[in-house]
Amino acid sequence: MATISQLVNDVATGTTTARSLVEQALAQARSITEYHALLSLTDERALKRADDIDARVTAGKDVGRLAGMPFVVKDNFLAFGAPTTAASKILESFHAPLQATAVEKLEAEGAICIGKSNLDAFAHGGSTENSAYGPTHNAVDQSRVAGGSSGGSAVVTALDVVPFALGTDTGGSIRQPASFNGVYGIKPSYGTVSRYGVVAMASSTDTIGCFARNIEDVELVMDVMAGQDPRDGTTLPDFFAPLPANARPLKIGVIAETIDAGVDESVRCATDQFVERLRAAGHTVDTVDLPIMESALAMYYIIVPAEISSNLARYDGVRYGRRASASTLAELYGRSRDQGFVTENKRRIMIGSYVLSSGYFDAYYQQAQKARTLLIDAYRKLFETYDVLLSPTAPTPAFGIGENTSDPVKMYLADVMTVPPSLAGLPALSVPAGTTSDGLPIGVQLIGAYRADALLMSLAHQMEEV
Amino acid sequence: MSDISSDDVRHLAQLSSLSLDEQEVEDLRVDLGNILEYIGELSALDTQGMAPTYQVTGLQNVMRDDTIHHDIANREALLALAPASRDNQVEVPKVL
Repeated sequence: MATISQLVNDVATGTTTARSLVEQALAQARSITEYHALLSLTDERALKRADDIDARVTAGKDVGRLAGMPFVVKDNFLAFGAPTTAASKILESFHAPLQATAVEKLEAEGAICIGKSNLDAFAHGGSTENSAYGPTHNAVDQSRVAGGSSGGSAVVTALDVVPFALGTDTGGSIRQPASFNGVYGIKPSYGTVSRYGVVAMASSTDTIGCFARNIEDVELVMDVMAGQDPRDGTTLPDFFAPLPANARPLKIGVIAETIDAGVDESVRCATDQFVERLRAAGHTVDTVDLPIMESALAMYYIIVPAEISSNLARYDGVRYGRRASASTLAELYGRSRDQGFVTENKRRIMIGSYVLSSGYFDAYYQQAQKARTLLIDAYRKLFETYDVLLSPTAPTPAFGIGENTSDPVKMYLADVMTVPPSLAGLPALSVPAGTTSDGLPIGVQLIGAYRADALLMSLAHQMEEV
Repeated sequence: MSDISSDDVRHLAQLSSLSLDEQEVEDLRVDLGNILEYIGELSALDTQGMAPTYQVTGLQNVMRDDTIHHDIANREALLALAPASRDNQVEVPKVL
Protein backbone atom coordinates (compact mmCIF):
# COMPACT_ATOMS: atom_id res chain seq x y z
CA MET A 1 0.00 0.00 0.00
CA ALA A 2 1.48 3.32 -1.11
CA THR A 3 1.93 6.10 1.43
CA ILE A 4 0.27 9.46 0.98
CA SER A 5 3.53 11.16 0.02
CA GLN A 6 4.13 8.53 -2.70
CA LEU A 7 0.60 9.04 -4.07
CA VAL A 8 0.97 12.82 -3.95
CA ASN A 9 4.23 12.50 -5.85
CA ASP A 10 2.44 10.39 -8.48
CA VAL A 11 -0.20 13.12 -8.86
CA ALA A 12 2.36 15.94 -9.00
CA THR A 13 4.47 14.15 -11.63
CA GLY A 14 1.51 13.10 -13.76
CA THR A 15 1.97 9.35 -13.12
CA THR A 16 -1.65 9.35 -11.96
CA THR A 17 -4.36 11.99 -11.66
CA ALA A 18 -6.37 13.38 -8.79
CA ARG A 19 -9.50 12.49 -10.76
CA SER A 20 -8.47 8.86 -11.01
CA LEU A 21 -7.74 8.66 -7.25
CA VAL A 22 -11.07 10.30 -6.39
CA GLU A 23 -13.00 8.08 -8.82
CA GLN A 24 -11.34 5.01 -7.32
CA ALA A 25 -12.22 6.13 -3.79
CA LEU A 26 -15.85 6.82 -4.72
CA ALA A 27 -16.14 3.45 -6.47
CA GLN A 28 -14.61 1.69 -3.46
CA ALA A 29 -17.03 3.57 -1.16
CA ARG A 30 -19.97 2.33 -3.27
CA SER A 31 -18.67 -1.23 -3.12
CA ILE A 32 -18.83 -1.39 0.70
CA THR A 33 -22.31 -0.02 1.38
CA GLU A 34 -23.19 -3.08 3.49
CA TYR A 35 -20.84 -1.80 6.22
CA HIS A 36 -22.87 1.40 6.50
CA ALA A 37 -19.72 3.36 7.16
CA LEU A 38 -20.68 6.43 5.13
CA LEU A 39 -23.71 8.68 5.50
CA SER A 40 -23.09 10.69 2.32
CA LEU A 41 -20.76 11.07 -0.64
CA THR A 42 -19.73 14.40 -2.08
CA ASP A 43 -19.08 13.28 -5.70
CA GLU A 44 -19.80 16.49 -7.52
CA ARG A 45 -17.64 18.76 -5.41
CA ALA A 46 -14.88 16.15 -5.08
CA LEU A 47 -14.57 15.55 -8.82
CA LYS A 48 -14.52 19.26 -9.54
CA ARG A 49 -11.74 19.79 -7.01
CA ALA A 50 -9.82 16.87 -8.51
CA ASP A 51 -10.05 18.41 -11.99
CA ASP A 52 -8.83 21.74 -10.59
CA ILE A 53 -5.77 20.03 -9.13
CA ASP A 54 -5.07 18.10 -12.34
CA ALA A 55 -5.31 21.37 -14.28
CA ARG A 56 -2.71 22.92 -11.97
CA VAL A 57 -0.38 19.96 -12.50
CA THR A 58 -0.80 20.25 -16.30
CA ALA A 59 -0.12 23.98 -16.12
CA GLY A 60 3.06 23.32 -14.16
CA LYS A 61 1.82 25.13 -11.05
CA ASP A 62 2.61 24.13 -7.47
CA VAL A 63 0.31 21.66 -5.78
CA GLY A 64 0.06 21.06 -2.04
CA ARG A 65 1.46 18.39 0.25
CA LEU A 66 -1.81 16.43 -0.02
CA ALA A 67 -2.53 17.06 -3.69
CA GLY A 68 -5.35 14.86 -4.92
CA MET A 69 -5.62 12.79 -1.72
CA PRO A 70 -9.18 11.62 -1.15
CA PHE A 71 -10.31 11.63 2.48
CA VAL A 72 -13.44 11.13 4.55
CA VAL A 73 -14.63 13.24 7.49
CA LYS A 74 -16.75 12.10 10.38
CA ASP A 75 -20.17 13.65 9.93
CA ASN A 76 -19.75 16.02 12.86
CA PHE A 77 -17.30 18.14 10.81
CA LEU A 78 -18.91 21.03 8.96
CA ALA A 79 -18.01 20.48 5.31
CA PHE A 80 -19.46 21.46 1.95
CA GLY A 81 -21.05 19.08 -0.54
CA ALA A 82 -23.37 17.13 1.78
CA PRO A 83 -25.38 17.74 4.96
CA THR A 84 -23.67 17.73 8.38
CA THR A 85 -25.97 15.53 10.44
CA ALA A 86 -23.82 14.45 13.42
CA ALA A 87 -25.76 11.19 12.73
CA SER A 88 -28.78 12.81 14.37
CA LYS A 89 -32.31 13.55 13.16
CA ILE A 90 -32.27 17.11 14.46
CA LEU A 91 -29.50 18.01 11.95
CA GLU A 92 -30.82 15.68 9.24
CA SER A 93 -30.78 18.32 6.50
CA PHE A 94 -28.31 20.83 7.93
CA HIS A 95 -26.17 22.19 5.11
CA ALA A 96 -23.15 23.84 6.72
CA PRO A 97 -22.67 27.50 5.79
CA LEU A 98 -18.91 27.20 6.48
CA GLN A 99 -16.24 24.51 6.74
CA ALA A 100 -14.28 23.34 9.78
CA THR A 101 -10.77 24.82 10.04
CA ALA A 102 -9.32 21.28 9.90
CA VAL A 103 -11.10 20.61 6.58
CA GLU A 104 -10.05 23.98 5.18
CA LYS A 105 -6.41 23.33 6.08
CA LEU A 106 -6.44 19.90 4.40
CA GLU A 107 -8.12 21.33 1.31
CA ALA A 108 -5.58 24.15 1.16
CA GLU A 109 -2.93 21.41 0.72
CA GLY A 110 -4.95 19.78 -2.06
CA ALA A 111 -6.76 17.01 -0.16
CA ILE A 112 -10.27 16.17 -1.41
CA CYS A 113 -13.15 15.26 0.89
CA ILE A 114 -15.20 12.50 -0.81
CA GLY A 115 -17.76 11.76 1.89
CA LYS A 116 -18.95 11.86 5.46
CA SER A 117 -18.84 8.95 7.83
CA ASN A 118 -21.23 7.45 10.34
CA LEU A 119 -20.88 8.01 14.11
CA ASP A 120 -22.80 7.65 17.32
CA ALA A 121 -25.22 10.60 17.20
CA PHE A 122 -23.36 13.70 18.43
CA ALA A 123 -20.40 11.35 19.10
CA HIS A 124 -22.12 9.91 22.18
CA GLY A 125 -21.09 6.28 22.27
CA GLY A 126 -18.39 3.68 21.82
CA SER A 127 -19.80 1.49 19.06
CA THR A 128 -21.50 3.66 16.37
CA GLU A 129 -24.74 1.85 17.31
CA ASN A 130 -26.19 5.14 18.58
CA SER A 131 -26.36 6.58 15.06
CA ALA A 132 -29.90 7.70 14.17
CA TYR A 133 -29.22 6.04 10.80
CA GLY A 134 -28.19 2.57 11.99
CA PRO A 135 -24.90 1.00 13.08
CA THR A 136 -21.63 0.68 11.16
CA HIS A 137 -20.23 -2.84 10.83
CA ASN A 138 -16.69 -3.85 11.76
CA ALA A 139 -14.24 -3.96 8.85
CA VAL A 140 -13.03 -7.47 9.75
CA ASP A 141 -16.23 -9.12 11.05
CA GLN A 142 -19.55 -7.64 10.00
CA SER A 143 -21.39 -9.18 12.97
CA ARG A 144 -19.34 -6.96 15.27
CA VAL A 145 -19.32 -3.25 16.01
CA ALA A 146 -17.00 -0.77 14.35
CA GLY A 147 -16.26 0.83 17.71
CA GLY A 148 -16.98 4.44 18.20
CA SER A 149 -17.89 7.04 18.11
CA SER A 150 -15.81 7.57 14.92
CA GLY A 151 -16.66 4.06 13.67
CA GLY A 152 -17.34 4.99 10.05
CA SER A 153 -14.00 6.76 9.60
CA ALA A 154 -12.12 3.78 11.07
CA VAL A 155 -13.89 1.32 8.75
CA VAL A 156 -13.34 3.32 5.52
CA THR A 157 -9.64 3.56 6.40
CA ALA A 158 -9.38 -0.15 7.18
CA LEU A 159 -11.19 -1.08 3.93
CA ASP A 160 -8.83 1.06 1.81
CA VAL A 161 -11.51 3.49 0.62
CA VAL A 162 -9.25 6.44 1.43
CA PRO A 163 -5.68 6.77 2.76
CA PHE A 164 -6.87 8.76 5.77
CA ALA A 165 -10.05 9.84 7.52
CA LEU A 166 -10.83 12.38 10.23
CA GLY A 167 -12.44 11.70 13.57
CA THR A 168 -13.06 13.41 16.87
CA ASP A 169 -11.92 11.95 20.18
CA THR A 170 -13.41 13.14 23.46
CA GLY A 171 -12.83 9.97 25.52
CA GLY A 172 -11.56 7.40 23.02
CA SER A 173 -13.68 7.93 19.90
CA ILE A 174 -10.71 7.69 17.52
CA ARG A 175 -8.43 5.31 19.42
CA GLN A 176 -10.97 2.60 20.27
CA PRO A 177 -12.39 2.19 16.72
CA ALA A 178 -8.80 2.28 15.41
CA SER A 179 -8.07 -0.66 17.69
CA PHE A 180 -11.26 -2.53 16.66
CA ASN A 181 -10.51 -2.20 12.93
CA GLY A 182 -6.72 -2.57 12.83
CA VAL A 183 -5.57 0.93 11.83
CA TYR A 184 -3.64 3.76 13.46
CA GLY A 185 -5.68 6.39 15.27
CA ILE A 186 -4.39 9.44 17.11
CA LYS A 187 -5.87 11.74 19.72
CA PRO A 188 -3.41 14.64 19.90
CA SER A 189 -2.65 16.80 22.93
CA TYR A 190 -5.69 18.89 23.81
CA GLY A 191 -5.41 22.17 21.91
CA THR A 192 -3.33 20.85 18.97
CA VAL A 193 -6.00 21.09 16.25
CA SER A 194 -8.72 23.73 15.97
CA ARG A 195 -12.25 22.52 16.71
CA TYR A 196 -13.81 25.47 14.87
CA GLY A 197 -16.62 24.14 12.70
CA VAL A 198 -16.86 20.79 14.48
CA VAL A 199 -20.00 19.87 16.44
CA ALA A 200 -19.05 20.36 20.09
CA MET A 201 -19.54 17.54 22.59
CA ALA A 202 -17.47 18.14 25.75
CA SER A 203 -15.35 21.21 25.20
CA SER A 204 -12.74 20.48 27.88
CA THR A 205 -11.71 17.16 26.27
CA ASP A 206 -12.84 17.39 22.60
CA THR A 207 -9.95 16.84 20.19
CA ILE A 208 -9.55 16.24 16.46
CA GLY A 209 -7.33 13.57 15.00
CA CYS A 210 -7.12 11.05 12.19
CA PHE A 211 -7.02 7.43 11.11
CA ALA A 212 -4.45 6.07 8.66
CA ARG A 213 -2.82 2.76 7.72
CA ASN A 214 0.75 3.79 8.43
CA ILE A 215 2.38 6.19 10.85
CA GLU A 216 4.01 8.40 8.23
CA ASP A 217 0.55 9.27 6.91
CA VAL A 218 -0.67 10.06 10.44
CA GLU A 219 2.28 12.42 10.93
CA LEU A 220 1.70 14.20 7.63
CA VAL A 221 -2.03 14.74 8.20
CA MET A 222 -1.49 15.95 11.77
CA ASP A 223 1.27 18.28 10.62
CA VAL A 224 -1.15 19.88 8.16
CA MET A 225 -4.04 20.17 10.64
CA ALA A 226 -2.15 21.28 13.77
CA GLY A 227 -1.72 24.90 14.72
CA GLN A 228 -3.20 27.88 16.45
CA ASP A 229 -6.52 29.18 15.11
CA PRO A 230 -7.94 32.55 16.18
CA ARG A 231 -11.39 30.93 15.86
CA ASP A 232 -10.65 28.37 18.60
CA GLY A 233 -9.26 30.10 21.68
CA THR A 234 -8.09 26.77 23.16
CA THR A 235 -5.57 26.05 20.39
CA LEU A 236 -1.97 26.01 21.58
CA PRO A 237 0.76 28.15 20.03
CA ASP A 238 2.21 26.06 17.18
CA PHE A 239 4.42 23.33 18.58
CA PHE A 240 3.92 20.15 16.58
CA ALA A 241 6.58 19.02 14.14
CA PRO A 242 7.10 15.37 13.14
CA LEU A 243 10.37 13.67 14.22
CA PRO A 244 12.32 10.97 12.38
CA ALA A 245 11.74 7.37 13.47
CA ASN A 246 12.93 7.03 17.05
CA ALA A 247 16.46 5.66 17.47
CA ARG A 248 17.22 6.16 21.17
CA PRO A 249 16.39 3.82 24.05
CA LEU A 250 13.28 5.01 25.90
CA LYS A 251 11.85 4.28 29.32
CA ILE A 252 8.34 2.94 28.90
CA GLY A 253 5.82 2.21 31.66
CA VAL A 254 3.04 -0.35 31.22
CA ILE A 255 0.11 0.72 33.38
CA ALA A 256 -0.61 -2.21 35.72
CA GLU A 257 -4.30 -1.38 36.14
CA THR A 258 -4.83 -1.84 32.39
CA ILE A 259 -3.54 -5.41 32.15
CA ASP A 260 -5.31 -6.94 35.14
CA ALA A 261 -7.76 -9.83 35.26
CA GLY A 262 -10.70 -7.76 33.97
CA VAL A 263 -9.04 -7.44 30.57
CA ASP A 264 -9.63 -9.94 27.78
CA GLU A 265 -6.85 -12.54 27.57
CA SER A 266 -6.27 -11.93 23.87
CA VAL A 267 -5.74 -8.23 24.63
CA ARG A 268 -3.29 -8.95 27.47
CA CYS A 269 -1.43 -11.36 25.22
CA ALA A 270 -1.14 -8.80 22.38
CA THR A 271 0.06 -6.17 24.85
CA ASP A 272 2.70 -8.60 26.22
CA GLN A 273 3.93 -9.29 22.72
CA PHE A 274 4.19 -5.57 21.98
CA VAL A 275 6.20 -5.12 25.20
CA GLU A 276 8.58 -7.87 24.07
CA ARG A 277 9.03 -6.10 20.73
CA LEU A 278 9.76 -2.83 22.56
CA ARG A 279 12.40 -4.57 24.67
CA ALA A 280 13.91 -6.20 21.59
CA ALA A 281 14.20 -2.73 20.07
CA GLY A 282 16.31 -1.66 23.04
CA HIS A 283 13.72 0.05 25.23
CA THR A 284 13.37 -0.40 28.98
CA VAL A 285 9.85 -1.47 29.92
CA ASP A 286 8.59 -1.53 33.53
CA THR A 287 5.16 -2.07 35.02
CA VAL A 288 3.91 1.10 36.74
CA ASP A 289 0.91 1.82 38.98
CA LEU A 290 -1.73 4.42 38.27
CA PRO A 291 -4.32 3.65 40.96
CA ILE A 292 -6.30 6.86 40.39
CA MET A 293 -7.17 5.46 36.98
CA GLU A 294 -9.85 3.33 38.65
CA SER A 295 -11.82 6.53 39.29
CA ALA A 296 -11.31 8.08 35.87
CA LEU A 297 -14.41 6.65 34.17
CA ALA A 298 -16.66 8.02 36.93
CA MET A 299 -14.98 11.45 36.60
CA TYR A 300 -15.49 11.32 32.86
CA TYR A 301 -19.18 10.42 33.05
CA ILE A 302 -19.76 13.40 35.34
CA ILE A 303 -17.68 16.05 33.55
CA VAL A 304 -18.57 15.09 30.01
CA PRO A 305 -22.38 14.93 30.42
CA ALA A 306 -22.21 18.29 32.24
CA GLU A 307 -20.50 19.84 29.23
CA ILE A 308 -22.81 17.99 26.83
CA SER A 309 -25.92 19.34 28.53
CA SER A 310 -24.54 22.82 28.00
CA ASN A 311 -23.25 22.33 24.44
CA LEU A 312 -26.41 20.60 23.20
CA ALA A 313 -28.72 23.29 24.58
CA ARG A 314 -28.27 25.11 21.25
CA TYR A 315 -30.22 22.43 19.33
CA ASP A 316 -33.74 23.69 19.86
CA GLY A 317 -35.36 23.71 16.41
CA VAL A 318 -35.34 27.50 16.18
CA ARG A 319 -32.47 28.86 14.05
CA TYR A 320 -31.54 25.63 12.24
CA GLY A 321 -32.27 21.93 12.34
CA ARG A 322 -35.53 20.03 12.31
CA ARG A 323 -38.44 21.71 14.08
CA ALA A 324 -41.35 19.75 15.53
CA SER A 325 -44.86 21.14 15.16
CA ALA A 326 -45.94 22.94 18.33
CA SER A 327 -48.19 25.77 19.41
CA THR A 328 -45.97 27.21 22.14
CA LEU A 329 -42.25 27.89 22.28
CA ALA A 330 -41.73 25.48 25.19
CA GLU A 331 -43.45 22.70 23.23
CA LEU A 332 -41.34 23.54 20.20
CA TYR A 333 -38.12 23.14 22.19
CA GLY A 334 -39.23 20.01 24.03
CA ARG A 335 -40.66 18.15 21.04
CA SER A 336 -37.90 19.14 18.60
CA ARG A 337 -35.30 17.90 21.06
CA ASP A 338 -37.19 14.74 21.99
CA GLN A 339 -37.62 13.78 18.32
CA GLY A 340 -34.18 15.02 17.22
CA PHE A 341 -31.96 13.27 19.80
CA VAL A 342 -31.33 9.54 20.26
CA THR A 343 -31.75 7.93 23.69
CA GLU A 344 -28.03 8.16 24.58
CA ASN A 345 -28.07 11.92 23.85
CA LYS A 346 -31.00 12.26 26.28
CA ARG A 347 -29.28 10.18 28.95
CA ARG A 348 -26.18 12.34 28.81
CA ILE A 349 -28.04 15.65 28.69
CA MET A 350 -30.14 14.64 31.71
CA ILE A 351 -27.17 13.33 33.70
CA GLY A 352 -25.50 16.66 32.93
CA SER A 353 -28.55 18.56 34.17
CA TYR A 354 -28.47 16.42 37.31
CA VAL A 355 -24.80 16.88 38.21
CA LEU A 356 -24.99 20.62 37.56
CA SER A 357 -28.15 21.10 39.66
CA SER A 358 -27.85 23.20 42.77
CA GLY A 359 -27.47 20.79 45.67
CA TYR A 360 -25.57 18.22 43.56
CA PHE A 361 -22.96 20.49 41.95
CA ASP A 362 -20.34 20.17 44.70
CA ALA A 363 -20.91 16.45 45.25
CA TYR A 364 -20.58 15.47 41.60
CA TYR A 365 -19.18 18.12 39.26
CA GLN A 366 -16.80 19.85 41.65
CA GLN A 367 -15.65 16.53 43.11
CA ALA A 368 -14.92 15.22 39.59
CA GLN A 369 -12.90 18.31 38.69
CA LYS A 370 -10.83 17.93 41.86
CA ALA A 371 -10.31 14.25 41.13
CA ARG A 372 -9.18 15.25 37.66
CA THR A 373 -6.34 17.24 39.27
CA LEU A 374 -5.27 14.09 41.14
CA LEU A 375 -5.21 12.18 37.87
CA ILE A 376 -3.16 14.86 36.10
CA ASP A 377 -0.69 14.96 39.00
CA ALA A 378 -0.33 11.17 38.92
CA TYR A 379 0.50 11.24 35.21
CA ARG A 380 2.94 14.10 35.73
CA LYS A 381 4.78 12.08 38.36
CA LEU A 382 5.07 9.05 36.04
CA PHE A 383 6.39 11.21 33.22
CA GLU A 384 9.21 12.39 35.51
CA THR A 385 10.63 8.87 35.11
CA TYR A 386 9.08 7.50 31.90
CA ASP A 387 9.08 8.82 28.33
CA VAL A 388 5.97 6.95 27.24
CA LEU A 389 3.19 5.00 28.97
CA LEU A 390 1.56 1.94 27.43
CA SER A 391 -1.79 0.22 27.84
CA PRO A 392 -4.20 -1.72 25.67
CA THR A 393 -6.46 0.65 23.71
CA ALA A 394 -9.61 -1.21 24.78
CA PRO A 395 -10.26 -4.02 27.28
CA THR A 396 -11.68 -6.29 24.56
CA PRO A 397 -11.58 -6.73 20.80
CA ALA A 398 -14.68 -5.55 18.91
CA PHE A 399 -17.84 -6.84 20.59
CA GLY A 400 -21.00 -8.07 18.86
CA ILE A 401 -23.58 -5.68 17.46
CA GLY A 402 -26.36 -5.39 20.06
CA GLU A 403 -24.28 -7.04 22.80
CA ASN A 404 -24.01 -3.97 25.07
CA THR A 405 -26.84 -1.72 23.91
CA SER A 406 -29.25 -2.54 26.74
CA ASP A 407 -26.78 -1.57 29.47
CA PRO A 408 -25.33 1.95 29.17
CA VAL A 409 -22.86 1.46 32.05
CA LYS A 410 -21.46 -1.69 30.42
CA MET A 411 -21.06 0.26 27.18
CA TYR A 412 -19.20 3.03 29.06
CA LEU A 413 -16.66 0.45 30.27
CA ALA A 414 -15.41 0.13 26.67
CA ASP A 415 -13.86 3.58 27.23
CA VAL A 416 -11.99 2.64 30.41
CA MET A 417 -8.50 2.65 28.83
CA THR A 418 -8.93 5.74 26.67
CA VAL A 419 -10.73 8.12 29.02
CA PRO A 420 -7.86 8.82 31.49
CA PRO A 421 -5.50 10.49 28.96
CA SER A 422 -8.46 12.52 27.64
CA LEU A 423 -9.19 13.98 31.07
CA ALA A 424 -5.53 14.96 31.39
CA GLY A 425 -5.35 16.37 27.84
CA LEU A 426 -2.48 13.99 26.97
CA PRO A 427 -1.64 12.75 23.47
CA ALA A 428 -2.44 9.09 22.85
CA LEU A 429 -1.97 6.91 19.80
CA SER A 430 -3.55 3.53 19.06
CA VAL A 431 -1.12 1.26 17.22
CA PRO A 432 -2.19 -2.03 15.58
CA ALA A 433 -0.71 -4.87 17.68
CA GLY A 434 -1.88 -8.15 16.26
CA THR A 435 -5.16 -10.03 16.27
CA THR A 436 -7.14 -12.58 18.25
CA SER A 437 -7.11 -16.20 17.06
CA ASP A 438 -10.26 -15.29 15.09
CA GLY A 439 -8.45 -12.47 13.32
CA LEU A 440 -10.06 -9.58 15.21
CA PRO A 441 -7.68 -6.61 15.44
CA ILE A 442 -6.20 -5.49 18.76
CA GLY A 443 -4.50 -2.15 19.38
CA VAL A 444 -2.17 -0.84 22.05
CA GLN A 445 -2.22 2.73 23.25
CA LEU A 446 0.94 4.84 23.56
CA ILE A 447 0.42 7.79 25.93
CA GLY A 448 2.78 10.75 26.07
CA ALA A 449 3.34 13.77 28.28
CA TYR A 450 1.48 16.91 27.26
CA ARG A 451 2.67 18.04 23.81
CA ALA A 452 4.84 14.93 23.35
CA ASP A 453 2.77 13.94 20.29
CA ALA A 454 5.79 13.79 18.00
CA LEU A 455 7.64 11.38 20.31
CA LEU A 456 4.69 8.93 20.28
CA MET A 457 4.61 8.92 16.50
CA SER A 458 8.38 8.54 16.20
CA LEU A 459 8.26 5.52 18.52
CA ALA A 460 5.39 4.02 16.50
CA HIS A 461 7.44 4.68 13.37
CA GLN A 462 10.37 2.76 14.83
CA MET A 463 8.11 -0.14 15.85
CA GLU A 464 6.58 -0.25 12.37
CA GLU A 465 10.06 -0.83 10.96
CA VAL A 466 11.50 -3.38 13.43
CA MET B 1 -29.56 1.12 41.83
CA SER B 2 -29.53 4.74 42.83
CA ASP B 3 -32.88 6.06 44.05
CA ILE B 4 -34.43 8.14 41.32
CA SER B 5 -38.18 8.48 40.84
CA SER B 6 -40.28 9.04 37.75
CA ASP B 7 -40.93 12.56 39.02
CA ASP B 8 -37.18 13.16 39.26
CA VAL B 9 -36.87 12.08 35.63
CA ARG B 10 -39.70 14.42 34.60
CA HIS B 11 -38.01 17.28 36.46
CA LEU B 12 -34.67 16.59 34.77
CA ALA B 13 -36.46 16.39 31.42
CA GLN B 14 -37.99 19.78 32.05
CA LEU B 15 -34.60 21.25 33.00
CA SER B 16 -33.23 19.74 29.78
CA SER B 17 -36.11 20.90 27.52
CA LEU B 18 -37.04 17.35 26.55
CA SER B 19 -40.72 16.32 26.11
CA LEU B 20 -40.48 12.65 27.03
CA ASP B 21 -43.34 10.17 26.67
CA GLU B 22 -44.18 7.87 29.59
CA GLN B 23 -42.27 4.89 28.19
CA GLU B 24 -39.14 7.05 27.88
CA VAL B 25 -39.59 8.29 31.44
CA GLU B 26 -39.67 4.72 32.70
CA ASP B 27 -36.70 3.56 30.59
CA LEU B 28 -34.63 6.58 31.57
CA ARG B 29 -35.52 6.16 35.23
CA VAL B 30 -33.76 2.77 35.16
CA ASP B 31 -30.80 3.93 33.00
CA LEU B 32 -30.17 7.16 34.89
CA GLY B 33 -30.41 5.31 38.22
CA ASN B 34 -27.70 2.88 37.08
CA ILE B 35 -25.46 5.65 35.74
CA LEU B 36 -25.85 7.76 38.89
CA GLU B 37 -24.98 4.77 41.02
CA TYR B 38 -21.81 4.23 38.99
CA ILE B 39 -20.63 7.85 39.02
CA GLY B 40 -21.65 8.22 42.68
CA GLU B 41 -18.73 5.95 43.58
CA LEU B 42 -16.46 8.93 43.03
CA SER B 43 -17.67 10.47 46.29
CA ALA B 44 -15.47 7.95 48.16
CA LEU B 45 -12.29 9.47 46.69
CA ASP B 46 -10.39 11.80 49.00
CA THR B 47 -9.93 15.10 47.16
CA GLN B 48 -9.42 17.30 50.17
CA GLY B 49 -7.20 20.28 49.43
CA MET B 50 -7.19 19.64 45.67
CA ALA B 51 -7.95 22.54 43.32
CA PRO B 52 -10.40 21.68 40.54
CA THR B 53 -9.11 21.45 36.95
CA TYR B 54 -11.38 23.11 34.41
CA GLN B 55 -8.95 23.17 31.50
CA VAL B 56 -5.52 21.77 30.73
CA THR B 57 -3.84 24.18 28.31
CA GLY B 58 -2.75 26.84 30.78
CA LEU B 59 -3.86 29.46 28.24
CA GLN B 60 -5.60 32.44 29.80
CA ASN B 61 -7.63 35.34 28.46
CA VAL B 62 -7.25 34.55 24.77
CA MET B 63 -8.50 37.73 23.13
CA ARG B 64 -9.35 38.78 19.60
CA ASP B 65 -10.55 42.04 18.11
CA ASP B 66 -14.30 42.52 18.34
CA THR B 67 -14.87 42.82 14.62
CA ILE B 68 -17.64 41.38 12.47
CA HIS B 69 -16.44 39.09 9.67
CA HIS B 70 -19.00 39.00 6.86
CA ASP B 71 -16.81 36.58 4.94
CA ILE B 72 -17.60 33.60 7.21
CA ALA B 73 -21.29 33.21 6.38
CA ASN B 74 -23.79 35.73 5.13
CA ARG B 75 -27.23 36.63 6.47
CA GLU B 76 -29.13 34.95 3.62
CA ALA B 77 -27.24 31.67 4.01
CA LEU B 78 -27.92 31.61 7.76
CA LEU B 79 -31.58 32.56 7.44
CA ALA B 80 -32.02 29.82 4.83
CA LEU B 81 -31.14 27.29 7.56
CA ALA B 82 -34.05 28.37 9.77
CA PRO B 83 -37.07 26.03 9.69
CA ALA B 84 -39.32 29.11 9.38
CA SER B 85 -38.48 32.70 8.57
CA ARG B 86 -40.30 35.86 7.51
CA ASP B 87 -39.16 39.41 6.72
CA ASN B 88 -35.48 38.56 7.21
CA GLN B 89 -36.15 37.13 10.68
CA VAL B 90 -36.47 33.67 12.22
CA GLU B 91 -40.11 32.90 12.94
CA VAL B 92 -41.17 31.18 16.19
CA PRO B 93 -44.52 30.55 17.90
CA LYS B 94 -45.91 33.34 20.05
CA VAL B 95 -43.71 33.85 23.12
CA LEU B 96 -45.75 36.27 25.22
